[in-house]
Parts: sequence; structure tokens; C-alpha cells
Amino acid sequence: MTMGPLLIGIYVLVLASFVGFEVITKVPPTLHTPLMSGANAISGITIVGALYTAQTADVTTSNILGGLAILFATINVVGGFMVTNRMLQMFGKKK
Amino acid sequence: MSDAVNTVIVPLIFLASAILFILGLKRLGRVRTAASGNQMAAFAMLLAVVGTLLDIGIVDYRWIIGGMAVGGLIGATAAIKVEMTEMPEMVALFNGSGGAASAVVALAVVWLNVVEAGTTGTAAETLGGSQAITVGLSILIGALTLSGSLIAYLKLQGKLKRGQPILLPGRHVINLVLGAAMLYLIVAFAYQAEGAEATTMAIGLTGVALALGVLLVIPIGGADMPVVVSLLNSYSGMAASATGFVLSNNLLIISGALVGASGLILTQIMCVAMNRSLLNVLVGGFGEDSAAGGGGSDEYVNVTSCGAEECAMVLENAESVVVVPGYGLAVAQAQHAVREMADLLEARGCKVTYAIHPVAGRMPGHMNVLLAEADVPYEQLLEMDTVNPEFKTTDVSIVLGANDVVNPSALDDKASPIYGMPILNVHESRSVFVVKRSLSPGYAGIKNVLFENDNTTMIFGDAKKVLNDVVKELKEL
Repeated sequence: MTMGPLLIGIYVLVLASFVGFEVITKVPPTLHTPLMSGANAISGITIVGALYTAQTADVTTSNILGGLAILFATINVVGGFMVTNRMLQMFGKKK
Repeated sequence: MSDAVNTVIVPLIFLASAILFILGLKRLGRVRTAASGNQMAAFAMLLAVVGTLLDIGIVDYRWIIGGMAVGGLIGATAAIKVEMTEMPEMVALFNGSGGAASAVVALAVVWLNVVEAGTTGTAAETLGGSQAITVGLSILIGALTLSGSLIAYLKLQGKLKRGQPILLPGRHVINLVLGAAMLYLIVAFAYQAEGAEATTMAIGLTGVALALGVLLVIPIGGADMPVVVSLLNSYSGMAASATGFVLSNNLLIISGALVGASGLILTQIMCVAMNRSLLNVLVGGFGEDSAAGGGGSDEYVNVTSCGAEECAMVLENAESVVVVPGYGLAVAQAQHAVREMADLLEARGCKVTYAIHPVAGRMPGHMNVLLAEADVPYEQLLEMDTVNPEFKTTDVSIVLGANDVVNPSALDDKASPIYGMPILNVHESRSVFVVKRSLSPGYAGIKNVLFENDNTTMIFGDAKKVLNDVVKELKEL
């Protein structure tokens, strides 16, 4: 059996979704907001896609779009992880 | 050499990154390991970026460095400056930013491979059929996430009709038309438009998706906004997955699927807490029925109110006190004042606990975050199912800026739009103090019969100011 890239992608998608369901089925309500925020930061993984799109110095539409995508994704990643960390630090400092 | 980098080393780095994302997400679900889980996920992201840069090899980094520097600065500043009360809004904005990134990446792919490459065939011929379709999906989900998140942000801020549902006439028809237009544009983009024509379709698709995001969120009332933010969070993951299909990148697919799945679960948990089905939230337009009145008049009669002094006198003799925090506590930044009052009461031998409704505040866990900021011990935060049987033996319940989650109409008034929603049974406790700025309705937009009960006393005012006054009185007693 040989699979094309699309089918491999679908396999990966389905299996990863199951992992996602299993990993967080039981979460105390305390952590819902930090978890949502942390998961949201992970969705900034689009930054990987964005990096592939702006590889030359030219001022072309695709580069401008690529640069914008990097900008948006970085906001999501940096802001997301930092804000999650801030929330979790508050839990940590209790005596 | 560089072959080995691209075909072996980079994929292995991506694998390590994916594993760390999974472990990080798992650790984020446990109180003790949450902080390290977040750091793990952040490190996984770093690995992903490093792996990608290795994969790209030596290129011109101007756009990359520019985008990352500006984006990092904006993200970091926002994360440091934001108040804890504004957290839900912040997550909504970051989420929108992630959605925007997915849509814009897909658009960049269109311009790079179709327009600037000067191809004449259809997108399906140039990119491959499944890629062309997923480019369309990526644009669609990304743009919808962006505009939906922005509307959710405005609703959380109370800027759009103070969070009330906005119901356009014929909105279901409009949505259907937009949905059909969307399907047509995706197919036309992939298989019909030739060469640069594809951009017209892509831009049209972006516009339609943005409009749909707005239309899907505006009819939903502020009370349901947490569900919406959670769902949009899930969407932004799916958008990242779609981008992964466009670029044949498994790391993107995996991480996106993880977020998509976790977002769905959180959404489901929240819906269960409110005893509503997801479909109901998305299609219903909460408050649509409540306009009809929901049983009984909206006017209040027999409301008693008092000041901080009387409240302190009752508290002084109480043996058990349950604090019910709500959004009013967050707005007033009263978490430290609550803690101070609780300390004083505990010093007098009174048992103080906090009753946390699953949807108190504007996000699940919102209240926990605030109270943790004031160093309130975990053990004192009780979940709804644990605390509800205890209200019967509770001397005093203090409701701080919560409203719908303590409305007994949810238990016995079948005509009420919130009928069936599990609530905190504060009305069963011996006496209830409700600290609130006025008698105005909560997010559900309905009257709260609790306020008229004989054992309920209102204390009108800002939660922080009232609590500070109570603390002052307690010290003087």
C-alpha cells in the first residue's frame, strides 16, 4: 500500500485529533483559561507556514503578505505563551 | 550535506517539536505541571521555527526578521500590559491574530505560485487539486476566525450594544447565501479561474469569510461569548491544519489538530455547564426569546438594601460564609479586598469558601485566575457540584457581581430563557448579600428573582469599595 501525501496528511490529522481529545479530556476548571490561552499560542504554529512564504528581499505582493503573516503569527505565539505564563505564575506563587 | 539536513534532520526536529507540543498540552491540564507545560510548548515552538529556518537554508531574511521583530514586540507588550480582568479579550485578540496569519499565508501562496510565477492554468493544475482546495479552506477558516474573534472582543468589551444579541432580519437566509457563495468561490478558485484570475476568487473568498465571521457572532449574546471564544480557538487550530495541507507540513497538521480538538472539548465542557447544546448557542441567538419577558414582570418589588456596616454586623456572627464571585469582581479588581475580608473572618473562626460557577466571569477558570492573583488558597475554591449541597447549612452567602449564575428562575421558571441552566443555590443559605452596582440585568438580560427574596439584601456599589468598607467595619467591631 502506498499513500499519496494527501492521504498521509489525513492520517496524521485524524490521529493527532484523537491525541488532542485524549490529552485534555480531564482538566480542572481552574486551568480552563490558561489551557485555552496556551492552546491558542500553539495554534500560532502557522508561523512555520509563514516563514516559507517570504524568502527574498523583493517588494512583491507575496512577500508583503508573507511578512504580514509572520507578524500576525509572531504576535499570536509570543503574546500567547507570555500571557499564559503570567496566568500560571499566579498559581505558582501561592505559599 | 544540505540534503541530509532537509530530509533527515529537519523532519526529526519537527518530530521532537510535535512530541513536545503533545506533552506540553498534557502538562497544561494539571495544576502542578501547568507552568512547565507552557514552557515546554513554547520550547517546541522555538524548535519548530529553528527547524523551518534550517529547512529554508540561506535566504534573504529581511521580511522574516522584520515580521518577527515587530510581531514579537507587539505580542510581548500586549502580554505584559494586559490586566488580568481583560484576559478573555486578550485571548480573543491573539486568536484573531492567529486566524489572520493562516489566511494571509494562504493568500501569499496564491500570489507566489500563481500570480508571480505567471502560470496560466487553474490553481488545481498549478498547486495540485487538494492543495488548491486547502488553500481555499485556509483562507476561509482563517478569515472567519479573524472577524469572529474581533466581534467577540468587542462584545466582551461591551462595545457592541453592550453585548446584547444583534439580530438582523433574515439572517439565516443571508448566512445560507454567504455559505453557498463560499462553496462556489472555493471550487471556482481551484478549478475554474485561470492564472491571475484566481486572485479575484481568493479575495472574494476572504471578503465572504470575513462577513460570515461577523454575522455568525453578532447574534450571539454576551453570556455565550466564552463558548464562542473557545470555538474560535478551535477554528484557529483547524486553520493551521489546513495551512499544513497546503504546504504538506505534518508539524502544522499535528499542532493544528491538537488545538482544534482541545478547543472543541473545552467548548463542549462549557456548553454542558450551561446546559445548552452547541447548536443551540450557534443557531439560537440567546435572548431572542427573553425579549418576550420570560415569565413575570421585569420590575423589581420588595428589594431590601443595606450598607457595609449592617453587612459587617451579620458577618461577625456567621460561622460559615460562601463567597460567590462573578464578573463584577473582575471589573472592580476586588480580588485582594475579598481576600482581606476572608482573612478577617477566618481570624474570628469563621469558615470561608468560594463557590465557583463553571461559567462565572467571562471564561471558564476566569474567577480562579483572579482569586489566585490574590493568593486565595486552592482548597477554598469549590466547584458547583461540591458546594451546592452546602448552601443549606451556610450562614451567609456573599454574591459579588454575579447575576445569572445565581438566578433561581433557572430551577423553577419554565418560561425563563435560562431554565435548566445549573446554578449556585445561594438562595438556600440563611442570608444572602448581593453586592452589585444596580438592579440592571446580567448578560442573559433577564430579571433575577433572587434579589426579591426575603433573605436577600442588596448592597449597591462597586464591589471593591463595598468590600473595603466591610473590612473597615469588621476591624472596628
